[in-house]
Amino acid sequence: MDETVTVKKKWTDGFRFWSDREDLLGPLFLFPAVVYIIALVGIPFIIAMAYSVTDVTAGNTSLDFVGLQNFQAILKTDQFTQSLRNTIMFTVVSQIIIIVLANILALILSTDFRGKWFARFLIMLPWATPIALGTIGWLWLLDSKFSPIDWVLRYLHLLGESGALLGEQKNLYYLGRLELAKASIIVIYVWRMLPLSAVILMAGLTSIPQDLLDQADVDGAGFWRTFFQIKLPLILPIMSVALLFSLIFTVGDMAVVYVLTRGGPVYYTQILPTWAYLKGIESGALAEGSATALFLFPVLLAVAIMVLRFSRRTEVT
Amino acid sequence: MKTPTRWIKRALLYGVVAVFCFFSASPFLWMIITMFKQDKDLYRSANNPFIFNLPPTLSHLNLLFNNTNFLVFMRNSVFIGVLVVIITLVISIPAAYSLARLVGRWGERAGIGIFLVYLVPPTLLFIPLSRVVVSLGLHNSLWSLILVYPTITIPFSTWLLMGFFKSIPKDLEEAARVDGYSRLTSFIKVIMPLSISGVVAVIAFTFTLTLHEFVYALAFVTSSAQRTISVGVPTELVRGDVFYWQSLMAAAAIVAIPVGLVYNIFLDRLVAGFTMGAVKG
Repeated sequence: MDETVTVKKKWTDGFRFWSDREDLLGPLFLFPAVVYIIALVGIPFIIAMAYSVTDVTAGNTSLDFVGLQNFQAILKTDQFTQSLRNTIMFTVVSQIIIIVLANILALILSTDFRGKWFARFLIMLPWATPIALGTIGWLWLLDSKFSPIDWVLRYLHLLGESGALLGEQKNLYYLGRLELAKASIIVIYVWRMLPLSAVILMAGLTSIPQDLLDQADVDGAGFWRTFFQIKLPLILPIMSVALLFSLIFTVGDMAVVYVLTRGGPVYYTQILPTWAYLKGIESGALAEGSATALFLFPVLLAVAIMVLRFSRRTEVT
Repeated sequence: MKTPTRWIKRALLYGVVAVFCFFSASPFLWMIITMFKQDKDLYRSANNPFIFNLPPTLSHLNLLFNNTNFLVFMRNSVFIGVLVVIITLVISIPAAYSLARLVGRWGERAGIGIFLVYLVPPTLLFIPLSRVVVSLGLHNSLWSLILVYPTITIPFSTWLLMGFFKSIPKDLEEAARVDGYSRLTSFIKVIMPLSISGVVAVIAFTFTLTLHEFVYALAFVTSSAQRTISVGVPTELVRGDVFYWQSLMAAAAIVAIPVGLVYNIFLDRLVAGFTMGAVKG
């Protein structure tokens, strides 16, 4: 009887002892996350870099060092340079549109109006939908023959008759024509990322102290003045977070292009991820695929560091 | 004097809201109209596409549920989502607390490090990870996705929760410890209940990220019975060159609308999570 009590007491003492030791608890709590990330991000990342300087393929997995040959080889192909250009163009243009629209949307959604709940539901839908399924919806919306947009244009006599503004043909063939296909991809990126960016910006707006806004009101500052001189500077740090998120999601996405155009017409809407996928997974050229996939990492890292630094600097002031 | 301008302002507000709603929702509207249409009605370009020229039909829903693997994809996605949420919470809650309170000065740097991991997108890692998955014998199995998805969700969740934990006053824990709680029990009994919004935000975000993920699911899994909704629907409900548009649209709408509703219900918490996690963290 006495023994069990002492054992129990010892055990609780021991528990009490280590559960109070910060120097043990800290690393212990962090350990699983660090191991996981090293094993499944760190090591694969090193493998990717190793692959990119060897001649490895899915059939022959021995690693023979070839230096920068893969990079030189891929840089020579038109498909690669086109993919690189597209990736940069799609990303930059869509991010600019997103950040402007997200600011407007966040301002609207932080005011009160009738039917706000429903409006918010509709606006959030694109973000809640898996992007591959959303893109399927767009694929049908932009169908070469049955697009309802074309039908509306024909109805308004803007398309499909002689002398019509948009041409005599019955359809616009959104995904078959280069400029329209590129524009469609950008529209889908904007459509998808706008809700998340707006939500993050709303979080920023709600964190602005109310007395500051009241003071501005008392001082007679109007809507624009309040926005540009109070709200905007205060939400700049979180705006950079929003930008970073939508940037990562846009650069890291291949579903839109894969489902919508498969890189076509020909390979003119190909982006780096889809190109790397075709090379690395579908044709088994692991080395060239890795080199293609890795190409954007330095750019992404530089942008991320810039954004993080910027968000901290603005936080101090 | 003020009433007319206020009225104009309101009208302007509703106008802008309507434009945004239309932009966001039009693909879904188009999905819902399409999914009930008969072939003869749908494939006539002269027909008004926005109305039912012939009576609506449920036959395409029937096809989707009874003659395709749609339900299998759904089950796989939910199974993966639930398990990944659990793994993410178990790993990232302690890690975030550790970074916020326990490891001190280099905690902040490690926090930034973890956030940087988030910047390594799946499109960069899928080639080496496909080899890792093969060597573990997990290729063609949804377990490969359960293994890999936390690499996307842990960094984000840890970062968000870290901000959350930081925003809770230290006095609370100290008071609890004066009352005789240990560091660990004060974390469980005092900090965790105050962090519910953060945990909810993490659950909502993690689940949607796994539901949306496309690259890994496409690269690692090729057998139909193991596919997720995100890859299964666009790759398998298209047979050769034949698109079963009504069934495809039904599949997309059936997934999108419930998830959208749940998201909207938790949106305030998500915003709160971001405010605490990202703004103040």
